Amino acid sequence: MQTKKSNYTSISEMLGKLVKQQIFIPVAALLLLAIFNLIADPGFYKISYGVNSAGSPVLSGYLMTILDYGSELAILAVGMTLVTASSGGQDISVGAAIAIAGSVMLKFICGMNTPVIIAFLAACVVSMFFGAFNGVLVAHFKIQPMVATLILYTAGRSIAAWINNNELPIVSDPKFAYLGGFIPGIPIPTPFFIAAAVVIISLLVLRFTNLGLYTQAVGINESSSRLNGLNPAFIKFITFVILGLCVAVVGLIKVSRLSTINYSVIAKDIEMDAILAVALGGNALGGGKFNLAASIIGAYVIQFLTTTLYKFNVQSDALPAYKAVVVIFLVVISAPVVRDYISSIGKKISHKEVA
Amino acid sequence: MKRKLLSTLVCAAMVSSMLVGCGSKPTEAPAADTPVAEASATEEAAPAADAAATETATEDAATPAADGELIKVGIINNDPNESGYRTANDKDMKDTFTEENGYEASFAYSLKNDEQITAAQKFIQDGVDYLLLSAADTAGWDSVLQDAADAGTRVILFDRTIDADESLYEASIVSDMDKEGQTAVEWLKSQNLDEYNIIHIQGVMGSAAQKGRSGALTDAGFNIVTQQTAEWNAEKAQQIVQSVIDAGTPFNVIYAENDDMAKGAVAALDKANISHGVGKDVIVMGFDCNKWALKELLAQNWNYDGQCNPFQASYIDSIIQDLQAGKTLDEKVVVMDEKGFDATTITQEDVDTYGIGE
Repeated sequence: MQTKKSNYTSISEMLGKLVKQQIFIPVAALLLLAIFNLIADPGFYKISYGVNSAGSPVLSGYLMTILDYGSELAILAVGMTLVTASSGGQDISVGAAIAIAGSVMLKFICGMNTPVIIAFLAACVVSMFFGAFNGVLVAHFKIQPMVATLILYTAGRSIAAWINNNELPIVSDPKFAYLGGFIPGIPIPTPFFIAAAVVIISLLVLRFTNLGLYTQAVGINESSSRLNGLNPAFIKFITFVILGLCVAVVGLIKVSRLSTINYSVIAKDIEMDAILAVALGGNALGGGKFNLAASIIGAYVIQFLTTTLYKFNVQSDALPAYKAVVVIFLVVISAPVVRDYISSIGKKISHKEVA
Repeated sequence: MKRKLLSTLVCAAMVSSMLVGCGSKPTEAPAADTPVAEASATEEAAPAADAAATETATEDAATPAADGELIKVGIINNDPNESGYRTANDKDMKDTFTEENGYEASFAYSLKNDEQITAAQKFIQDGVDYLLLSAADTAGWDSVLQDAADAGTRVILFDRTIDADESLYEASIVSDMDKEGQTAVEWLKSQNLDEYNIIHIQGVMGSAAQKGRSGALTDAGFNIVTQQTAEWNAEKAQQIVQSVIDAGTPFNVIYAENDDMAKGAVAALDKANISHGVGKDVIVMGFDCNKWALKELLAQNWNYDGQCNPFQASYIDSIIQDLQAGKTLDEKVVVMDEKGFDATTITQEDVDTYGIGE
């Protein structure tokens, strides 16, 4: 009898701890969506094996679609998490910056016939430059991040169009399409591997450098971190540059998917999804502590949601509204106030049991 | 001090973002800072010629260009960078209204209605014979067109209509989006498929092109598997088609309301190894006749592409010639011929003639 009681307490304590874990929210959301789809239509999880028109083996099905498109978002979520943590604000120019990066790539590949790798490096430089532009506005001129990035948000797509004289060159090399599709012989979408590489690199960087610690310190309290010898402006600046790099990687995937892009619509509203991923990951949008893994899971959850909505034939222009409802729900649940309340209820129940 | 600097910067940022525009038509920026670009040549025209031109205009133009007098036209268009369609449209205008063809043309470009109106007033003051107008917005043109009528300037609308009294303009040359849709749907019917299971990918809801092109298909009574808007966006189209493929729902026609979306749809098909094109499993239909899209037709990867004709200049030219000859026009609204191209009959010549862009 005694042991049973202590079991109860330990389980409820564990639950309480679990709920308090930051990663709990995105994982719970993922499970919720997964269960919903399982009940609604188990066919959702069907994965079939076939070949694509290039003759290489591919796995296809809703889960693969999520893995494919969610990867872009996961890469952006990495950068966005850092920016959010350090500056306490979000970069809303991500979509426009992707258009610029893509345009630069097309200019190099089609206009100058350079190898893809050089085009990609050029796009990295340009995106990091625009990231630096945002970073300077935020870090040195202390403009609210959303206002600062509003400039690039409005101007970015025009700049992208201007780079290629508003032409839409098409990359003819079929190998280029591997990056946004499948590498021959490997049946898993390439974007997933690219995202995995980005995630591993960023986790390594966070583990072996002080970037993570400094970012959180700046986000939590700027002046005390300065008193401790950090340079908050530089830390903020560097997070925006890192986001710029992430943007270039996503740009590469985007261009590769269709071998071309349309400046006015490419990656439209993707910044909102990226910010949602960060929020869903339970990261404080006001800056400070962050959990990269939670954001990345958050990114896949958002794509899971999008794909689910497409599956149920929700009108695609109504999609954001449905997303908003789900997100409001999740964000409210993940709010510290609500979580404290839930765990206090949990405690009450366990107390009753003990009594 | 710091705060002051900050507020100045924020102001600067806002002003610059306003200058650049609202972002929905992103490509407007290159010309947005120089709102009304005009060919300066006309300004230097000798005053004598100017007076003469105005005279011919007010004299109801009984004896026009015959004596070698150039017809002065002021052309107000949207920014050629707006889209491939607009670029082709502007080039067509520039190629037609040349001195060799007896015209002295001035151009003004803007995506903003008020700037276009200012340009129109300037052209009227300069005494142009004809004002050719592709209005950015349908409203607000009444008073300036009244001024034009008072000054003896004749107005011809092209590409877009306006909300003004019909008496204020001579003619209006437009695309008929409904007809574009009907032509496409008739072509689809003529294919005599055993069954029609259509994925319908729509443009931005409510736009004229979307309404016209959707209307015909919806009325035709085919079985539509999915009807979704991809908002002219290739990526969205790809996801929509991907979703249908993942669901395993059978389909054999993709009706995309522009070429970009058709391209996105085809990318999804390629991924799933679903064959498309002439004599294949899925029929692919697009609109707008971009050159790259017509090349896909030529390669028989797509089946149909509907034209949205940007070449209005020849129509305008013939109308002006008629008016100069003192004829009255049969009808105010001229609807352009718009073709639909079939992959089995398209030729390289068609691609070169009708293809838009590179």
